[in-house]
Amino acid sequence: MTVFLQNLVNALQWGSFYALIAIGYSMVYSILMLFNFAHGDVFMTGAYIGCGIALLLVGLGSAGILVLPGWLVLVLTLLLAMVVTACLGMFIERVGYRPLRDAPRASAAITGLMIGIILETGNLILLGAQRVKFPALIQPVTYELGGVFVTNQKIMIVIVALGLALALHQFIRRTRWGMAMRAMAFDYAVVPLMGVPINRIAALTFALGSGLAAAAGILFGMAYPVLDPYMGIVFGWKSFVAAILGGRGSILGATLAGFLLGFIEIFVAMVFPSTLRDFIAYSIILLILVFRPYGLFGEPYSVRLRL
Amino acid sequence: MNRRNGGTDGGIRARAAARLTRGIPLLAWLLGALLAAILESWFGRELADLLDLPRVPVLFGFEYALNKPQLIPATLAFLLLVYGVPLVLGARLLRAPANAIARALADRAPAVSVLVHLALVYAVLHLWTDLSDYRLIVVKITLIAVMLTLSLNVVNGYMGEFSCSHPGFMALGAYAGSLVTIVGFTKSQMFGPPLLPPALGPYLFPLALVIGGAVAAVGALAVAIPSFRTRGDYLAIISLAFTFIVKSLIENLEAVGGPRGLRGQPDWANLPVVFACTVLCVGVINQFVRSIYGLALNAVRDNEMAAEAMTINTRRTKMIAFLFAAFWAGVAGVLFAHVLRYVNPGTFGLQQLAEVLAMMYFGGLNSVVGSIVGAVSINLVSEMLRPLEIWKWVFIPLLLILVMIFRPTGLIAFREFDPLALVRPRDGGGGRGTPRGEGR
Repeated sequence: MTVFLQNLVNALQWGSFYALIAIGYSMVYSILMLFNFAHGDVFMTGAYIGCGIALLLVGLGSAGILVLPGWLVLVLTLLLAMVVTACLGMFIERVGYRPLRDAPRASAAITGLMIGIILETGNLILLGAQRVKFPALIQPVTYELGGVFVTNQKIMIVIVALGLALALHQFIRRTRWGMAMRAMAFDYAVVPLMGVPINRIAALTFALGSGLAAAAGILFGMAYPVLDPYMGIVFGWKSFVAAILGGRGSILGATLAGFLLGFIEIFVAMVFPSTLRDFIAYSIILLILVFRPYGLFGEPYSVRLRL
Repeated sequence: MNRRNGGTDGGIRARAAARLTRGIPLLAWLLGALLAAILESWFGRELADLLDLPRVPVLFGFEYALNKPQLIPATLAFLLLVYGVPLVLGARLLRAPANAIARALADRAPAVSVLVHLALVYAVLHLWTDLSDYRLIVVKITLIAVMLTLSLNVVNGYMGEFSCSHPGFMALGAYAGSLVTIVGFTKSQMFGPPLLPPALGPYLFPLALVIGGAVAAVGALAVAIPSFRTRGDYLAIISLAFTFIVKSLIENLEAVGGPRGLRGQPDWANLPVVFACTVLCVGVINQFVRSIYGLALNAVRDNEMAAEAMTINTRRTKMIAFLFAAFWAGVAGVLFAHVLRYVNPGTFGLQQLAEVLAMMYFGGLNSVVGSIVGAVSINLVSEMLRPLEIWKWVFIPLLLILVMIFRPTGLIAFREFDPLALVRPRDGGGGRGTPRGEGR
């Protein structure tokens, strides 16, 4: 039982990363009907940007120029990195996706893949092949609750992830921008006639998604402090799976499916040899999709595909 | 592939080039290329010494000229003397006899004409690759990539799904074919003595190819059956999951070497075999997509419901397309394993997927020529840019992005490929400019 609970805690943390990245995929999908395949690498870039900012702030602190407490450094890192990565996301949308808005969707997918490769390679060229270590910003404290070990880091990661997902949900439900986004997701063709600036909304969507990916990257860097340029590939594709599993364009679905994927992976690794993790996890997903071909929260096709 | 004529410069030069190349049939171009290849294999080394080049330029000089710019003039001179002049002169001088031969062949036996052209292409490739093993492996891998790209085009281009399962099919084929040849015909540490006399092996290699393809086709059922109920993104995920599953399964099967991979495949995938398989693949797929089945694929892509209403059996169509594509991907996998003589499951991952998708969408949707051009150009360019090391992976993606932005459906999309039109003589009829379909 304690093993189960312990793994539950681990799965919550692991699923948080998937959920945050999957939301980005899902948002872009619901608005533009395309998947941003560079998103996994945006996550990676976000982690590096966060790492750079954190190192800078820590360096300033140790030089005595700007001494800040650890938690404040963390908050600043999160916010700054999210803003910078959001700008990166808008840039990607501008150069990679906007020219292709009326092209077949597969072309946009290829562009995304290629932008991802450029981000990876650019990182390698800039920083070389050595791995970067994420600085420890908060002192790890371990609590024991009935045999289950929980670190303050894990709690923070899950809370930040859920908080961001909730904030995004509120943003989309409550603000005018969010309303425009929902309208665009509902009918892409008519919305511009109503005076909604679709280019600005698309950019905003990319910015929000990329910001969340950056948050995921920083949280990942806190939990697993060694970063490498190719870490975004596997995470990206798996979160893509989660986004689809949740149902196209459903943010709630993407969040839940992200956590579900985390749970499946952790618990498969608990019961079976960990080399079988991918095999069993994806067989389960395949089965789910065979019986629920539209994902957990998706709707059956009604819109004609733009392919 | 070493045929070049200045076609894209525009203006006067293009018009001059067009005048220079007017009325030259493919046969003459191939004879010119053959002349160039013969010249290179006879005098290439001497000429390289004469021009102070370190060695014969293996891939048109890109392999060192990018790092040592001072060698560029000598390399250009070499290329011009060995490839350019013989090619253009040969083609120009042989224009009249080549036209006559092409006409005679096309009138009496078009199939023979195609075979003659193919034999010439093979001769050029054979001579060209004889000079260095590096060229040989590049050509083999490129031909295999053509097969893969083309079979992907059947599903992704002609049927309009976004299938990500090709690395999985390829892995199934590679492992099944390798098992047949290793268990059947070689003495290995893992499987012991051969079951059949090894001398039979090269003759039974086609069997291994067919088995590899068949295993991949059976595996494709796992993607084809869900495709009845869903399409688009969900099918993309199912096929992606399929690739993950196959890779993970092989990693966990200790009997076939697990993550360490499988080595010791016999060296049977030589150039004639790979070339023959590629030609067969291109021919069969081309006939397939021009047949009524190919039209059914397009109908399913454009509007599934309407296709169903027009009495097309959509389930059967999807099933055939997936199995057919998977079969060829499996054959390509067998060849791939026997060219490298080593496979491991890591080969068939997301990297491979990105590569084959890039080649296909770069070349063009719904087009056999497009797939050939895409696979050949991406493979050659990525080999030629090897000296740039890591920067290569900035240039190639940028190139692809630009192609996608300016030609969203790929370079040569929605073009029907008619081999008979390609081999026809060019002196009769209205004054056509440059010959069509220079890819091959």
